[in-house]
Amino acid sequence: MRAIVARIAQAVGLILAVIVLNFLLIQIAPGDAATAIAGDQSASDPEVIEQIREQYGLDRPILVQLAVYIGNVVRGDLGQSIWFNEPVTSLLASRIVPTLLLSAAALGFAVIVGVAVGTAAARKPDSWVSHSVTILALIGFAMPAFWTGLLLLILVGVRFDFFPVSGIQDNDFEGNWFEALLDIGQHLILPALTLGIIYLAQYSRLSRASMLEVLESDYVRTARAKGLSERSVVFKHGLRNGIIPVVTILGLQFGAVLSGAILVESVFSWPGLGRLAFEAVTRRDTPVLLGVLLLVSVSVIVANLLTDLVYRFIDPRIRVSGGSSD
Amino acid sequence: MFGAVLLLGILIMTFIVPLWYVKDPGDLIARPHLPPGSEGAPFLGTDNLGRDLLAIIVYGGRTTLRVAAGAAALIVFVGVTIGATAGYYGGWVDSALMRFTEFFQVLPGLLFAIVVVALFEPSFWAIAIAIGSISWPGIARLTRAEFLRLKNLEFVKAARAIGASDLRIIMRVILPNAMPTLIVSTTLIMGSAILFEAGLAFLGLADVNNPSWGLAIGRAKDFFTINWWAVTFPGLAIFATVLGLSLVGDGLQDALNPRLRGR
Repeated sequence: MRAIVARIAQAVGLILAVIVLNFLLIQIAPGDAATAIAGDQSASDPEVIEQIREQYGLDRPILVQLAVYIGNVVRGDLGQSIWFNEPVTSLLASRIVPTLLLSAAALGFAVIVGVAVGTAAARKPDSWVSHSVTILALIGFAMPAFWTGLLLLILVGVRFDFFPVSGIQDNDFEGNWFEALLDIGQHLILPALTLGIIYLAQYSRLSRASMLEVLESDYVRTARAKGLSERSVVFKHGLRNGIIPVVTILGLQFGAVLSGAILVESVFSWPGLGRLAFEAVTRRDTPVLLGVLLLVSVSVIVANLLTDLVYRFIDPRIRVSGGSSD
Repeated sequence: MFGAVLLLGILIMTFIVPLWYVKDPGDLIARPHLPPGSEGAPFLGTDNLGRDLLAIIVYGGRTTLRVAAGAAALIVFVGVTIGATAGYYGGWVDSALMRFTEFFQVLPGLLFAIVVVALFEPSFWAIAIAIGSISWPGIARLTRAEFLRLKNLEFVKAARAIGASDLRIIMRVILPNAMPTLIVSTTLIMGSAILFEAGLAFLGLADVNNPSWGLAIGRAKDFFTINWWAVTFPGLAIFATVLGLSLVGDGLQDALNPRLRGR
């Protein structure tokens, strides 16, 4: 119990540190903070600068500014977008669902196919399946995600009308909810595949290594010795333990997946957080950019915390040893 | 072996080929969107402005490799310093440094680099520092683990007994023994630094006066329906370089840590 409280306190500390980092980034960025917040368009207008200075309390001592900033963030106020002239929070809220949908689809595909391939490879360590897993993992790591996406578009998207090349829904879409789901699903395939390939490579390699170890263990030998069917041995006794490392990595990789989504979203014009960040970069919309950074960092911290807590629940060994992950 | 050949090929292409393929990659030499092999087109065709794609790839490699090497140097320096200090001294120094490392580990890598480069100017050092600041925790943890493993072994005790200073023990006694592991992961880090650089450049966060592979793809992406080559070939260069580095890393792993072979 005490360990859980400590773990939550640590997560809160990390979130606080991320907020402070965000604040520092505004402070140390070249030029005046007010100009940085205002962006390029309005930077020359002294009235705007003055207004921002007042609005953000930039005329006050720096520690007071920090306290005000933290207070604002905690209350969900991340400032105004310069481009959209809308609160950053509501922009983020409107973009988070597509990103979660894309990440979940990509990870789902990667885990299911990766574990299946990895398990098949582990059962026959010297077969061609096994060797191709190793090679595919190397190839998957070396392909830049945005390039994979563009290649898919060139090879598949342009040739087959079935795959829409951009967006989340047809512009002139009309129909009931079921057709809407189908339409979104159709738009989802290529981006999810692009993002998923990176992780497919990793998970197949990881589950191959983990299953190789598990299938050599004593309890698997026992299961075989008492005459269980091969299917029962591999899936009930082997996979349940062999999948643990994959689940751990899954929780820890959440941030990397969201980061990768930025590139994939900008290739497919997928209207998520990544696309928003990209637009913020090109429009020099600093509050939005920092808002995305904050939201994604906090999601990563929360995801890590949840993975850890779920783990304590599932695996008693971690509870006893105090839960250090290394 | 294949990895070494691949890397050597890339190095020759970026550093030797420009000696006789003297071109300005910014020159508009022919009509835009000329496919490779068509009449009047350079070897790999032209991009959307009519620039020589081969020249862009050949000269763009320098930018990418230079940034990746700069970032890797930073990563190794910061990572080894922090990891070695934490592992060697232990206690509160260790916990404080590991907290610090943990913090950088939860930052979403590419996104943080994007913010840093977007807030500052996209110069060589800003990009190298941005990539460096998100990638060092891995090396730090690895160095720490190696130091924890090595610091209580006989030869370290012996060095301490003859009165060697802490700095000497860290630098001359323990570090050389941690080198094999560090070299392997530095190779892999170079690969991911190249991918980060390419990703940033693809989003336009690069020095626009210097050609680079990621930048070339970013510029070509809006024309992929009519100009597949301007997207494909620069990407192939990134892919080959990262693949080469991974293969060399794997090869070094097998050569330097034979016990882990086959994992």
